[in-house]
Amino acid sequence: MKANSVLILIVLTCLRLSVTAGGAAPVAKTEVADLKRAVIANYAAVASASYKDSLGSAKKLQSAVNALLAKASEETLIEARRAWLSAHQAYSLTETFRFYNGPIDQVEGLVNSWPIDASYIDSVADVPDAGIVNAVSTYPAISRALVISLNAKDGKQNISTGFHAIEFLLWGQPPGGRGAGNRSWHDYADGGKNVQRRREYLRLVTDLVVEHLQTVATAWASGDSDNFRAKFVTMDPDTALANILMGMGALSGPELSGERLTTAYETKERGEQQSCFSNSTCDDLIANAIGIQNVFLGRYTALSGEKVEGPGVFGLLQKMDPDFAGKLSAQVTASVAAMQKIPPPFDRAILGTNQAPNRIAMKKAITALQTQSDMVAKAARVLAIKMNL
Amino acid sequence: MSAALRVNSFPARLMALSAALLLATPRARAAETNPATAKMESNPELSGGNATIFDASPKAFGFPLPGLDEDSRASFFVGHSFFLRNWVAAGPPITRAGLGPLLNARSCSACHANDGRGRPPEPGQPLVQVLMRLSVPGAGAHRGALPDPAYGGQIQGQAILGVRPEADIVATYTELPSQFSDGEAFSLRSPTYSVTNLGYGPLAANALLSPRAAPAMIGLGLLEAVPEPALRAIGEQQAREGKGVRGRLNSVWDVAAGKMAIGRFGWKAEQPSVSQQTAGAFNEDMGLTTPLLPLESYTKSQATICETQSPASQPNVSAKILHDVVLYSRALAVPARRRMTDAAVLRGERLFQQIGCAACHVPTLQTGDADLPQLAHQTIRPYTDLLLHDMGDGLSDQRPVFDAKGNDWRTPPLWGIGLVSTVNGHTFFLHDGRARNLTEAILWHGGEAQTSREKFRILPKSDRDALIAFLNSL
Repeated sequence: MKANSVLILIVLTCLRLSVTAGGAAPVAKTEVADLKRAVIANYAAVASASYKDSLGSAKKLQSAVNALLAKASEETLIEARRAWLSAHQAYSLTETFRFYNGPIDQVEGLVNSWPIDASYIDSVADVPDAGIVNAVSTYPAISRALVISLNAKDGKQNISTGFHAIEFLLWGQPPGGRGAGNRSWHDYADGGKNVQRRREYLRLVTDLVVEHLQTVATAWASGDSDNFRAKFVTMDPDTALANILMGMGALSGPELSGERLTTAYETKERGEQQSCFSNSTCDDLIANAIGIQNVFLGRYTALSGEKVEGPGVFGLLQKMDPDFAGKLSAQVTASVAAMQKIPPPFDRAILGTNQAPNRIAMKKAITALQTQSDMVAKAARVLAIKMNL
Repeated sequence: MSAALRVNSFPARLMALSAALLLATPRARAAETNPATAKMESNPELSGGNATIFDASPKAFGFPLPGLDEDSRASFFVGHSFFLRNWVAAGPPITRAGLGPLLNARSCSACHANDGRGRPPEPGQPLVQVLMRLSVPGAGAHRGALPDPAYGGQIQGQAILGVRPEADIVATYTELPSQFSDGEAFSLRSPTYSVTNLGYGPLAANALLSPRAAPAMIGLGLLEAVPEPALRAIGEQQAREGKGVRGRLNSVWDVAAGKMAIGRFGWKAEQPSVSQQTAGAFNEDMGLTTPLLPLESYTKSQATICETQSPASQPNVSAKILHDVVLYSRALAVPARRRMTDAAVLRGERLFQQIGCAACHVPTLQTGDADLPQLAHQTIRPYTDLLLHDMGDGLSDQRPVFDAKGNDWRTPPLWGIGLVSTVNGHTFFLHDGRARNLTEAILWHGGEAQTSREKFRILPKSDRDALIAFLNSL
């Protein structure tokens, strides 16, 4: 199942781009300076629209969780899971705005940390008393401050909050370690052990994701003369462009090719996938790649259908080195395609011999995203911008 | 039962040293390097030479060296996973099992959060990202520290289910008020540790304890690649200057080589290599055996209970996983400097030289040959000499390790120090995190650094601020 936002954006990837071939005529300095400003302003508009959708989707998740808590049932649980998938898709489109100490970097650890040690939060297969939810004597009251203070405490896998904490609370562990989890809605119905604490925990961590995404959306919102966006569009253009490229390149290489694909490919461990409880990691990967493409092209189609369009990194590169611009454009398209070709579900795609078609597809995606990262670093050199990956 | 370690109070005795002024940057023979990279290397912004990355976010310490080959990249990310994740006592997944029986942490990332610096405990709180080394007077195997007969080489405050942890350690601090020469007040806090709830009988009566905060992980492969003669030459140069600064290399046991080697890593330079440091941390901090250190870290007197709960078998960490975690640790890139042309930063850089900080925190080193091209023949700016220096009684742990005496500490690298607050959300420095900020860290310096410390204390505030601005640009 794919969220609407992804389907809409995939259409974008199919649009043909006109690429100017041949050598570039000497480019006037003021023209380049103006174009840089326009690219940066349009990037901010893409970021703003992307976070607006991410926040909106998270609020829908919040409503669905509240509906589940108001009346736990198979239907309300499934609806909450569906809302989680949409919200995480919308968030995944924004991850290219990370990696330069921007607004999301201030809260990312509380929004989308993984991998999760499930037993840090709640009961797991062999340990029914595990986790904060069941630690009644250690943590008599579950509060916002407690959940925040326990996040990544004494280990990076000790994750207490964020999308994947919610994911675990909605799906639970996959039975037999395969597929998606299938937690019972009774876990949220009155009567069971520590149900009230689990309900409170789910409500709190869902509220926290909304709260943190709200700070990011506010930082990128238009019409505020003092927020991050206002500073971003007026800062030294080359610094802003270095940030834009860092976000694209760091997400492509170290993050996607490395942490999200290579580790799973090498270890063949299902826990090495980001969304391991819903087993929806393939959708995350595609949305991540499309998010990078959105920034590259300077386009975003909002869930409302509203379009943001303007010059992107591509347009700037076309001005400076049309030949290279065409090559990177082809690579960005190829990276999205390579992600789409990994056959879901992710926990099966990692298994088998290196000659298995699913493993070949994974390896191709690993290579494509690393190549993309290397090329983004090269784009920085083309633009004479300081960056390294 | 309770034992207490009282750390000597500050200020340490004044040492009659003359000013240690700017030391000429040592140029190793390896400086004749690949001309293609020479231009990039000449840029002082590139703290790690070609192994520099441009990131100033909370993730800044976690990037791989740029341009790693495919196999190394695969190892890096597998190593990352094993660095980050919790290990379990037993059961699936078997690749991450074997934790304990005694341990300080369940994952590397528990102490090296975001590949960065550990945070000391709040007053009255137990130690987590700081561990307590332990020994008794006298020399152990290969002249190393002699472990406590009941508790071994460090106190492990956690254990797997069914095994009693060794002890609880709680830190309390005593404020030591003082002032700058311009009258502005400052206070240094001197830690005291109490060891309670001892699980395996009393500590030796003359037990020596030394708290150690987890250091940042960046650039370790580069530091490993600095040739020994270059480090030796720095110490000789310091001695020739005759200004009381006189760095010495530690001489430690290299398990893999089966002979003595120079120490490079650890607060007292007690480890010769990243691999031995890593295997040692697996072994003592997490209770995980490796092919390099295949014996569990518990002592004879703990063996009965520990062997029942954690039967010996194959090394818990396979050769492949150890390799990958070591490669990960060696291949973490160094973030570039920031704001380095700000007027205050430039002034602070000059002051750093003028008051003698650069004598030991040597700005520039050259790496020699290395297996990874990103590490080889680089001009790096770690701000260390990797040498042991007498840092005075105020910082002494009174616990010798190989050739490092109680007052001796290895000059820690300063690269990335300005990003610690971003990466780890705190600014606690020195071996036990007693300094609450960079100013306090400087003011704790004694011994060979006493003269520089005093020069800092009498600087006008604007100069002190400039020096701190420079440090924060690293």
